[in-house]
Amino acid sequence: MRQIDCKDITEAVARMCMDANTDLGSDVVAAFKAGLEKEASPVGKAVFKALLTNADIARTEKVPMCQDTGFTVIFAEIGQDVHIDGGSFTEAVNAGVRKGYEQGFLRKSICDPFTRANTKDNTPAVIITDIVEGDKLKLTVAPKGGGSENMSRVMMLTPSGGKKAVMDYIVQRCQEAGSNPCPPVIVGACIGGTPEKAAILAKKALLRKIGAVNPDPELAEMEKELLTRINNLGMGPQGLGGLVYAMAVHLEKHPCHIASLPLAVNICCHASRHKEVTL
Amino acid sequence: MKKLTTPLTGESVSGLRAGDMVSISGVVYTARDAAHKRLVDLLDAGKPLPFDMQGAVIYYVGPSPAKPGAVIGSAGPTTSYRMDAYAPRLMEIGMKGMIGKGKRAKDVVDAMVKHKAVYFAAIGGAAALIARSIKSVELVAYEDLGPEAVRRLVVEDFQVMVINDVTGADLYEIGQAKYKTA
Repeated sequence: MRQIDCKDITEAVARMCMDANTDLGSDVVAAFKAGLEKEASPVGKAVFKALLTNADIARTEKVPMCQDTGFTVIFAEIGQDVHIDGGSFTEAVNAGVRKGYEQGFLRKSICDPFTRANTKDNTPAVIITDIVEGDKLKLTVAPKGGGSENMSRVMMLTPSGGKKAVMDYIVQRCQEAGSNPCPPVIVGACIGGTPEKAAILAKKALLRKIGAVNPDPELAEMEKELLTRINNLGMGPQGLGGLVYAMAVHLEKHPCHIASLPLAVNICCHASRHKEVTL
Repeated sequence: MKKLTTPLTGESVSGLRAGDMVSISGVVYTARDAAHKRLVDLLDAGKPLPFDMQGAVIYYVGPSPAKPGAVIGSAGPTTSYRMDAYAPRLMEIGMKGMIGKGKRAKDVVDAMVKHKAVYFAAIGGAAALIARSIKSVELVAYEDLGPEAVRRLVVEDFQVMVINDVTGADLYEIGQAKYKTA
């Protein structure tokens, strides 16, 4: 049994909250550059250039790339041979969020659903845990802004609709989302499972390196076709018209009930923010 | 690039067309969801507003906190449709410009035509870059709302695009139609 101290969890989470919001991943920057090459619309090209400049400013000045520093979503893969020492895991994670958002001058955006009173420290985080083999603890911090999160949907399709209904719905969802989720976007989706399982896996799909295809050839083919169909809508960066609305489509699937065909779609803005650490 | 100075007038916005790139200088006020609700509640109660709406431009933004020595934190636009329920009311009493991102409802666009107002979009997410055009910040009202409080910003060369103009044209529709192949 390996001991991992709560203090180390708190420190790691605090650091990742700050880094995820200021330091855009190299895969995202590379996708902006590829988008700039591919984009035909002058205004779309101007958007890509602004996003590259914005990412540079954020990294060098250590300021958030977007003012909406998001709901802090934490994926934790906890090895079954790990013992968490010195307190509660959940509290250790939330303490990290509290510290990271305060020290990093990040916006606290979490509030009561009815009174709208702000919790003032961006907690509680949404913590998604998986118990895995081994004696390590892998933490991924993925802040997600409200603008793109509002465009998420979980749909219960009927099995007879099959692949066609799934693909049509994902394309339609992007069309409806339009400029709201701050395109160029990354589309995450999961087919199958239960509604809550699909929602989690759709969000997890956004953690994949941009454009890394699903190892399942059928899903990889669907990802490719969806990317073409979505971009053919002509919405372009920021929805101002152009060829690159989506930089990637990432699909996952999970076995489902014989009566069901769940589909979750989670659209991520161009600032695809996430950092991970293994303790 | 067209240059505009606030407060705006019917004349200064009438010549703008969807697709124009515009550089705004002068005062803009921040207000988003909760602040809009309070402004409209004041109007309903027949009370004065905390700032003059004549020719005003409202920027839908909830900035991140300023680092020591900085004027403001990152400050990109939030999604505008959440303010659709309130915007026509504010145009009625003189608001001439809105800055945000994303499509507006038809009745909001109709109100822009009727009251000669325009809707601009700033680049969603380009918040560190946009913050550079903000020269000063002053709290006006609703401090308890934190990032949603109403603030008076002085901006210089804040670059935006005209989405909806006084003719009711919509840049999202025009721009997307040009590149649609499906």
